[in-house]
Amino acid sequence: MGHRRVVVTGLGVVSPIGSGVADYADSIFAGRCGIGPLSLVPTQGLSVRIAGEVRGFDPAAHFDARRLGLLDRGSQFALVAARQAVEASGLGFDGPLGLRTATILGTGVGGITTLDEGFHRLYREGVQRLHPFTIPRLMVSAPTAQVSMEFGLTGPAFTASSACASAAHAIGLAFQMVRGGLADAAVTGGTEASLTFGALKGWEAMRIVSPDGCRPFCETRNGMVLGEGAAVLVLETLDSARVRGADILGEVAGFGMSADAKDITAPDAEGAARAMRAALADAGLEPEEVGYVNAHGTGTTANDATEARAIHAVFGDHARRLLVSSTKSMVGHALGAAGALEAAATLLALRRQVVPPTAGVERPDPACALDVVPRDAREARVEAALSNSFAFGGLNAALAFRRV
Amino acid sequence: MTELENDVLGIIAEKGRVERDRLALDARLADLEIASLDVIEIVFALEERFGIEIPFNANDARKEFDTVGDVLRAVESVVAKPAA
Repeated sequence: MGHRRVVVTGLGVVSPIGSGVADYADSIFAGRCGIGPLSLVPTQGLSVRIAGEVRGFDPAAHFDARRLGLLDRGSQFALVAARQAVEASGLGFDGPLGLRTATILGTGVGGITTLDEGFHRLYREGVQRLHPFTIPRLMVSAPTAQVSMEFGLTGPAFTASSACASAAHAIGLAFQMVRGGLADAAVTGGTEASLTFGALKGWEAMRIVSPDGCRPFCETRNGMVLGEGAAVLVLETLDSARVRGADILGEVAGFGMSADAKDITAPDAEGAARAMRAALADAGLEPEEVGYVNAHGTGTTANDATEARAIHAVFGDHARRLLVSSTKSMVGHALGAAGALEAAATLLALRRQVVPPTAGVERPDPACALDVVPRDAREARVEAALSNSFAFGGLNAALAFRRV
Repeated sequence: MTELENDVLGIIAEKGRVERDRLALDARLADLEIASLDVIEIVFALEERFGIEIPFNANDARKEFDTVGDVLRAVESVVAKPAA
């Protein structure tokens, strides 16, 4: 079977700046920041005091009590985003399409809310037994399993886990499966809900979390801010979308992966550049055809400087004309969901021909030498865009999208 | 050498995997090949040993450590303070 073109016909988002694509789009184009004081856990004894939380999320509004007992917060986010995406796509999976649809989600941490609460009761409160659903709730594959069950998707299904690149790896693999004819459609993306006391103590100990905000590519940046949420994409072939008359959000044009094979935390410009080049080659794009790069852009000194070097290496002179922005400036770093939230932002940018800003930038870092679209969104002709995800451990993924 | 200084240098030597006699106060951590992850481990070990909080952010040059003496001074200044 020859290569088939793959498009996105459904999108769903649960995020700190709005749930549902319409709210999310309004927020990213307005440069609205969803980072604020931590409210999910007591901050006594924590130096991390801010995060991008999904505020006002009411699980009971989405799930009955029986179902909810089986769902970690991460699975709840995934299901709500998947329902939005599937509804928007207009696809039904009851017939033969269900057999030919893949479910591939990214999750970096897994059901740590369930784990944290269970272990607190066990070790601190001295209870003798844990809830019988502890394991099915916390397993890193649970969100994927729950989404497959929700819609009766009986094709290939698994969770991709590569820390901060999990969702990009998931989307990339789903894209390859549909393109290669291993599946006719895919429900893919990422989810993460890991703002627990125990996990935050772990991040605190790494000493890379900002005390006051996420300012990617800014001269005054001083670290990352954690986030949470989910985004889900429905993929199918361009041909099937056209036959159905579906609303096409954009094309997944290419996917590139690489490993730094160097350091467990420090990023490497060569590894990042290899992933971007691989995505461009896979998409058949020349660097000059790309108008926008949705950066990994965490707001740490090391990531942003390294990513800027990698972008200059890949794009040469064109790097100065490129628009580069970081969605994490508004939602924080949602780890295993980040690549999906950012793919969603990239698709919306292509669709609207408006590039969302890097919010909160006070002074763009001249050392990065990039147009990072500070503070305000900008209208721009963008035919193709990249979305970067560079994970701890040097596991890199870049997705290329094209306007349809 | 004070007992505190002795303890701090011992921890830097152990966690940074550097011979103790190379730890001059003006020696740069980078020159001793003490990597950023080692520095985080050193800070953690010092906080555990002395029961203190050291203000250290790997992203903030003002709170970063350049030399062995920087680490020692950071511990001394926190230990000298009465417990909050």
